[in-house]
Amino acid sequence: MAVKKFPVEASHIMMFARSIGDDNQIYYDDDYAAQSEVGGVVAPPTFVQASAQFDPDYGLRPKIDGKGWMGSGANPTSVVPPKPAKDSSSKEGSSGGSGGRSGGGGLHAEQRYVYHRHPKVGDILTATSRRGESWEREGRRSGKLVFNESITEYRDQNGELVVTATSVGVTTERPVDQG
Amino acid sequence: MALKASDLNIGDTYSEVVVDDLKRTQIVMYSGASGDYNPVHTDEPFVTKVAGYPTVFAHGMLSMGMTGKMLTNYVGDGRLTEYRVRFTSQVFPGDTLTATATVQKIENGLIDLEIVTVNQNGVEVVRGAAQARVD
Repeated sequence: MAVKKFPVEASHIMMFARSIGDDNQIYYDDDYAAQSEVGGVVAPPTFVQASAQFDPDYGLRPKIDGKGWMGSGANPTSVVPPKPAKDSSSKEGSSGGSGGRSGGGGLHAEQRYVYHRHPKVGDILTATSRRGESWEREGRRSGKLVFNESITEYRDQNGELVVTATSVGVTTERPVDQG
Repeated sequence: MALKASDLNIGDTYSEVVVDDLKRTQIVMYSGASGDYNPVHTDEPFVTKVAGYPTVFAHGMLSMGMTGKMLTNYVGDGRLTEYRVRFTSQVFPGDTLTATATVQKIENGLIDLEIVTVNQNGVEVVRGAAQARVD
């Protein structure tokens, strides 16, 4: 994933916080936030995942024309068989999200964040990703598992490192057995 | 409010129910806010007939986000220096999740926490660790 401009915006933080069920005032009330230790609205710990919104090639978002999307319209899927998301086949590694391949086979196995500081409203971040390690193992509930690591660095408008994110996606041989 | 190292002990725990009876609508909200529209999370015909799962399931990152709410409520805003998890089981609509942090280490103004989130059946769905600055 490469994101040239990821503007950290107040309404986006408010919506993201709502979606994780977090009613902390620090995420929507700038008067309250101004009086707090952090001095302004900051992003929740997992917010940088939403940089996918600003990745023009993000594979887990339907294109404007809706064509080629794997979700169901009139039928269970509009693409048979479901294609891997574009990001999963790129050399840069996946954009996080659900980790590896989409279309049902790819799942998010692991996520790590190192905070050099916490993003705040007004920041304009960039994100660059590189592939990390890859490994395989035999899974008890889903057959052979192939793991792929992707490391993304988020830097601010001054080039300073803000968050380092490591995502591990896993592709399973079959859907995970729920028994 | 930030934590004070002098008030903390190894083995201290903090727990929160981070979601009670997870609604499909909340998963839709997370898709919209995060930008991850993978249909396995919201599209029942797709996930059952194409992907082969019993029903839609939450984004791993939604579980991590909800678990993170417990963490920031415990350590304070802007205090985390590290947060990492493994997604150990899928989370489905109707699940109730309880997230718990346990203090592992207190040193040089930092605390190490172990994190476990379980569902209503006691099945672990997230396991991880975090580090935070304390006063």
